[in-house]
This record gives sequence, C-alpha cells and structure tokens, in this order.
Amino acid sequence: MSDASTGGLVLSDIEVAFGGLTALDHVSLSAGPGEVVGVIGPNGAGKTTLFNVICGFVRPDSGTISYAGHAMGRHQPHRLAKLGIARTLQGVGLVPGLSVVENVMLGAQRKVRSDFASALFGLARSSREESALRSQALELLGELGIAEHATKMPTALPYGVQKRVSLARALIAEPTLLLLDEPASGLSADDMAELGQLLRRLRERMGVLLVEHHMDLVMSTCDRIVVLNFGRVIASGVPESVRADPEVTRAYLGEEVRGADEGGTAGA
Amino acid sequence: MIKLRLPGWARLPRQPMLRHLLFGALGALFFYLLSNSLSSFNNFQLGEVAVYAIAIAGLSVLTGVNGQISLGQGAFLAVGAYTIGELEVHQSINLVFQLLIAVAVSAAVGFIIAVPATRLRGPYLAGMTLLLALALPFLSDKYSSFFGGDQGLITLPPDAPGSIDPQKWLTWIQLLCALIVLVLLGNLLSSRFGRSFRAVRDNEVAASLAGVHVARTKVIAFVISAACAGLSGALLVLSTGVVNTGEFPLSLSIYILAGMVLGGAGTLTGAWWGAILVVYLPNQWSQSLANAFHANHLVGANLAVIVFGAVLIIVMLLAPAGVQGGLRWLGHRLVTVSTVTKLGSNISVALQDQPASKQDRGGPDSETAATSVD
Repeated sequence: MSDASTGGLVLSDIEVAFGGLTALDHVSLSAGPGEVVGVIGPNGAGKTTLFNVICGFVRPDSGTISYAGHAMGRHQPHRLAKLGIARTLQGVGLVPGLSVVENVMLGAQRKVRSDFASALFGLARSSREESALRSQALELLGELGIAEHATKMPTALPYGVQKRVSLARALIAEPTLLLLDEPASGLSADDMAELGQLLRRLRERMGVLLVEHHMDLVMSTCDRIVVLNFGRVIASGVPESVRADPEVTRAYLGEEVRGADEGGTAGA
Repeated sequence: MIKLRLPGWARLPRQPMLRHLLFGALGALFFYLLSNSLSSFNNFQLGEVAVYAIAIAGLSVLTGVNGQISLGQGAFLAVGAYTIGELEVHQSINLVFQLLIAVAVSAAVGFIIAVPATRLRGPYLAGMTLLLALALPFLSDKYSSFFGGDQGLITLPPDAPGSIDPQKWLTWIQLLCALIVLVLLGNLLSSRFGRSFRAVRDNEVAASLAGVHVARTKVIAFVISAACAGLSGALLVLSTGVVNTGEFPLSLSIYILAGMVLGGAGTLTGAWWGAILVVYLPNQWSQSLANAFHANHLVGANLAVIVFGAVLIIVMLLAPAGVQGGLRWLGHRLVTVSTVTKLGSNISVALQDQPASKQDRGGPDSETAATSVD
C-alpha cells in the first residue's frame, strides 16, 4: 500500500491558520502511486484548504510537502502541472472563452514544446503539435462519451458534461497524481456510477486523491480514507475500518444522512 | 445534424499560417488596387489607417484576448517614434532595420513596464498605464537636448524607387507592415499562446492549475502590445515628418482604446474597422457634420470627442462585440437563411435544430444530455 519512501505525495505535519482559526492542525497524509485515497469530513473540516496547500495557493505555516521524493517548498500553482499533478476544481472551473476541445487542450501545457517564435511564424513544429494535441483531446472526450460537444462553448452545456470536460482537461496532462475536488457533486446516480468505474480504471495509470461528500462513491472506490474534522485527522485507514471507527461515526456519519440527501436533490 | 461540406478547393487551408497568409495576400491585393485609385492625400489617410490598425490589433491582443486594460498605448507609440527619430538624426540605416529596432526598443520598454504592471488588475492597471501616457511629455522636456524638446526630431519619408509617388510608396510600406503584423498575431492567437491568453483572461486559477504561468503570460501579452504600438508610432512619424510630444497626446491613447472596442475587442480584423473610425471620425466626419449644421470651425474640432462618444455608445448598444462581432453575427444569419431557402424543406427540418444545438436549447443533443443528467 502506501509507502512514503517510494514516491507519491507526502504531507507531514501541515499547519495552516487563518487569523485565529486553525484550518489544518498538524495534518499528515500520503498518496502513493496507483492508490486512490479519499479525504472526507464535514463541511469546514479543511478538505479544500488541504488541496490549496498542495497546489501552492495557500502557504502552510509549518510542515513539509514532497512529491516523488522532491520537496515542494514555496511552489507556485503552475509548477504543479510540471511535476505531474493535475487538479480539478470544486464546481467546474472551465474557461468560458474557449471551446470544449480547447479547454481540454489547455490542460496539456506540461507536454507542449513549441516555442514562441514557431507559434508567431506559424511554423510546422507549432501547428503539428497543435493538431496532435487536438486529436488527443478529441480522443479523450470520446472516451468520456462527450465527443459530440467538442466544438461547443462550455457554458451552454449541462453540468454533468462540464464536469467531464474538466476531468478530461486534467487527464490530458497524463498526470501521475490526480487531485479531484468533489467530482461527484451535482451528478446524477448514473453519472456517479460511471465516475466510480472511471476512477477504478484510472488507478492503473495514476494515484488519485479524492475529496468527496458522497460516501457510497468514497467507500466503493478508495483504497484508503482519511477523515478530517476541525482541521485534524481523526481517522485513517481502509474503508471498513474507517466505517467502524466510533469517532468517525460521532463526527461525520451523523451528518452523512443529510449529505446524502443534499446529493440526491442536487442530482435530480 | 447536417453539415454543409464545401468541395476541397473551396475550403480554407487548415494550417493557420497558410490560412493567414491567404488572407494577407488578398488584403495586399485589395490595398494595392485601392491605393492606386486614390489621391495622394487619401493615400496618406489610408496609411494612417494601417498604422492605427497595428496599434489597435496589439491592444486587442492585450485587452480583448488577455483581459488587461491599457490607457497608455500612446506612450509606446512615442517610444517607437522617438527611436526612429533618433536613428534618422544620427545615422542612416536601412528602413527595415530602423523599424525592427523601433519594435525592439518599444518591446524592451514594454517589458520593463510589464513586470510591475501585470501584477495590477483592472482599474489599477488602467491607472498605471494612464500615468505612463501622462508622464511621457515631461521626459522629453527634461532631456530636451536628446529628444529635441518642443521642436522634436525630424523624420524623412523613405525614398521611393523609380517614379512611384513617395506618398504611395510610404502607404504601401505602412500597409505591408500592418498585414505582416496581423498575419503574425493571427498565427499566435491560433497557437497555444492564444489559448493561454484567453485562459488567463477568463479564469486565472484554472489556467495556473493547467500549468499556465499566469504572470509570464500576462507579460508576453503586454510586450506584444507594446511592440505593436512601437511599430505603429515609428510608421506614424514617417508620414508626419516630425516627432514631438504634441503628436502623442493622451487623447491618442483613448482613441486607440475606443477604436479597439468599436472594432471588436479580441478580433484582429476588427482592428481595421477601429482604425478607420480613429482616422476618419475625429477629423473628416465630425468636421463635415459641423459644416452640415453650419457650425463654427471650432465646434467641428471639439465635436470629434462627442461624436466618438456617441458612436461608442451606439455601437455598444447595437453590437456589444464591436463592428466585427456585429458583422459576424449578420454573416451567420445570412448563411443560415440562404441555406434554408436553397436546400428545400427536408433539409430545412434538419437545419432547424442547428442553431438550437449550438446554444444547446432544445434539439436532440440536449435531450439526450438531459436524460443522462436525470
């Protein structure tokens, strides 16, 4: 399972405070290659802050982060893609001014090599790379079953389709670690089942760190689960042990019923 | 959905460079024929249109595509203009090199300004660039021995080969430069750089997570617009014959911004429409409007600003995407209508869902999508 020394993402003793509020309190966590790790917890538990720390949007007050053995000190968000980490945003986070296929192509920033001059003078190097990227993006959209929307603008599309586009944008970078921030929110039951299958397929190619409210999805897809509450890790382990943990039941599962209801109404 | 397929020879080439070169060549042919039929003065104005089109296209990339506003493009025009003025005063170099040096110097100045400026947003960036346009005259007053003070520097129009009218020759140079700039910017916007520009404009967080270096992208867009403005300024003073601060008032920057918005922010073809308005609206059209009402000569001069403002309001109301955006919309309408009438009833049924599926309201596409969501 997860072995910190073999690479993957390792966070140790991360502490973040916003003014007087401690958002993350000595959080340690790891996600190895090929592992699906779920982060759950009630609203305000610090899940999104955790992602923002990993991405460099929020600087931790103390603690260290490393990926594949490299310490990530004061990293900037765009460096993350270069390291092989892709993230989808809560909501959809697409670029409204770009078509669906262009949105997906944007995600391949890490792989593009053509320089400014070849783009300016329209040299073959640039246009070849562009058309290769485009067919790759189209292929990926096909895999996710939304190829027919490729040339449309994203804002006019149904929410579920937009979610898939943002997933495609993360996947085209061929990341070694995928950070998913509530990928199932607002999805229908069918879409969610498909997402679960996709996550299990992705495991062969990359590690996945998943923040999610839907317990069914988390329990059925994750190898390991980390439970946050008030910024602290209150439990972690395989789904069965987390489910059985009395502290988790107290802190989180009391809210699960309400969370599931919300998911149900949002999906309808 | 039925798609109309044109035969192979009638389709535009897929490679951006070929496509843009095709447009460029057609433009060159058009302007060559046009300039031959115009008087010397009209050619002078046509050259000015080309010059402003360069500055407007550069600003269109910065503001329309990358989302950064600049009220100080006049300052970069001045940098290019003074550069070519200095080059003409001190030594005689080939015009091509002079123009390239002017581009390089204004790009360099643009870079120095861009590094702090691109950290600012919206009104703050506008304020800083505005300051730039305001501060510039003081610099040339302060170092009047170098910049020529109020008198300014003298530029000479390039020598025309053979018996070609010198004004026409200069106009050709200005038009050629404009076409080259537009082809190059067209290439850039259809490359990954154009994609990054738009992504940064619309969603900085998403862009950075996709691996786009947001700060660097903004600096590149700023430098491009400064380089275009510098070339524009250099070409401008070749026709006016003199470089002084009076040539680059604050209103110049405002006109360029207004021309960009009127032509269609973010569209390169729109730069031509904007440039035509910038050249003709303040001078000729408002003067003839004043004459039509038998107004005083001074009224005509001041009317320009009012007319420009009025046109700005009208265009924004009728076509928020500018002249080019309005034309595009009209083009889509005409194409749809003509195909429906041509192709008869069985295809017109299929076409009915074409505009609908574009916006995804109704139509079979959204129906399947809706069922998958429910």
